[in-house]
Amino acid sequence: MTDQTEAGEILSAPLIIEYPFKRTTGPIIGAFLTGLREQVLVGSKAEDGRVIVPPAEFDPVSGNDLTELVEVGPEGVIATWAWVTAPHAKHPLDDPFAWVLVTLDGADTPMLGALKADGIDAVSTGARVKPVWAEEREGHIDDIAHWVLVDDADEGDRA
Amino acid sequence: MRDIAVISFAQTPARRSVPELNEVEMLMPAVHGALEQVDMTIDDIGFTCSGSTDYLAGTAFSFVSTLDSVGPWPPIQESHVEMDGAWALYEAWVKLQLGEIDTALVYAYAKSSPGDLPMVLTRQLDPITVGPLWADSVSLAALQARSLLDSGKATEADMAEVVARSRKDALGNPNAQLAWDRSAEDILAEEYHIAPLRKSDCAPITDGAAAIVLAAGDVARSKVKRPAWIRGIDHRVEPIHLGLRDLTISASTSIAAGKAGVADGKVDIAELHAPFSHQELILKEAIGLGDDTTINPSGGALAANAMMTAGLIRIGEVATRISNGEADRGVAHATSGPCLQQNLVTVLEGEN
Repeated sequence: MTDQTEAGEILSAPLIIEYPFKRTTGPIIGAFLTGLREQVLVGSKAEDGRVIVPPAEFDPVSGNDLTELVEVGPEGVIATWAWVTAPHAKHPLDDPFAWVLVTLDGADTPMLGALKADGIDAVSTGARVKPVWAEEREGHIDDIAHWVLVDDADEGDRA
Repeated sequence: MRDIAVISFAQTPARRSVPELNEVEMLMPAVHGALEQVDMTIDDIGFTCSGSTDYLAGTAFSFVSTLDSVGPWPPIQESHVEMDGAWALYEAWVKLQLGEIDTALVYAYAKSSPGDLPMVLTRQLDPITVGPLWADSVSLAALQARSLLDSGKATEADMAEVVARSRKDALGNPNAQLAWDRSAEDILAEEYHIAPLRKSDCAPITDGAAAIVLAAGDVARSKVKRPAWIRGIDHRVEPIHLGLRDLTISASTSIAAGKAGVADGKVDIAELHAPFSHQELILKEAIGLGDDTTINPSGGALAANAMMTAGLIRIGEVATRISNGEADRGVAHATSGPCLQQNLVTVLEGEN
């Protein structure tokens, strides 16, 4: 083995893993995904009255079933953010962008998204944002193409 | 409760990539090092438990093949967790509490180098509403760091101080992967990686392995002069969605620290599993550590962060310092999941 190592003869082979199964999303997550297709955002009402987005099937404290859905957004404010200078090929946007946790109007917990913005200086905690919908929607989280700052909405809509 | 102690700990030198060895070969020096230090073989072990993940190995039930490292013949009592080895140690501790066995071997390993680690870790997120966004582990940690900075509880300079101290302490750790002596000012002058994190705020990507031998009562005393007794151990988990958590605190760590009895005595040293600099600040507060506690004398996860292994190493680093008399009482912490989602706290103590 040592000889092979010194000779640089390390065997390798490509390996691609797939998980080719489907799952049913149920009445809560299913409603959220159906809403995305129709450009409507919904959350679920927890036992303590908080509105959770994306909706939770179970109360985060008690674990009991949650069944009441509430429409939220579509605008919201940035709860926290992170600026990506060199996006990964799998990231939602190709140009530098901000990850944002967005607290939608009427919601008490923020959800994750990718914000298209001119630069790091354009983004701040508390700034208002809105979703830009994908042209073709299929009931998937990617139906929100990305988010834009409300002030930049005109530019974002053309994206 | 039975008295259970860490009596031996061994780890492989942390490296960015170990291409010339397979997992079994990489693991063997840790497993056999830990056994040999206390003059034991697998035949002296009552229960073996390991921590690793198929998502890094790229194959199902990968832990079965790495059992070859212990030589499991004749058949042994064995279990595995798809978690950090710290949780495997917890399972072994529970098994020892049942009283049927007196010794246990715990090991953990990971080779992160063959894949794209931050992207592999996105597979632990909610598969429907978060996973498809491919929000990598560094990006999520950056969201947490921003929350902490916005809260006013910490500054980027505080984070840089953690980095400078950790990597400097790592110079004294022969197993460290990333060790250097640079000032906090120098670190602050770096460009952002994923703002507000700089590359120096992030743990390195590591291939490595570690093993611990546990023993009960008089068996522990017969093997080593000063066993590191586990006085308390507890683990708690928080919701998978970041939005359901206050990212500026670690509620699960606080509960685990309370249940483990951290506050019942003085804490000489603490090894905290904080893969990002700001997380050490959150954990220090969550566990309730004062400035009289030496934090991460090994350099911590910022010096070496083998997946599934770095949490177990924290326990080993504290146990070693208790056994050699450097400390009387210490706290080891392990984490798993994005932004400190799941946390385990162990209190270890030596006898005088």
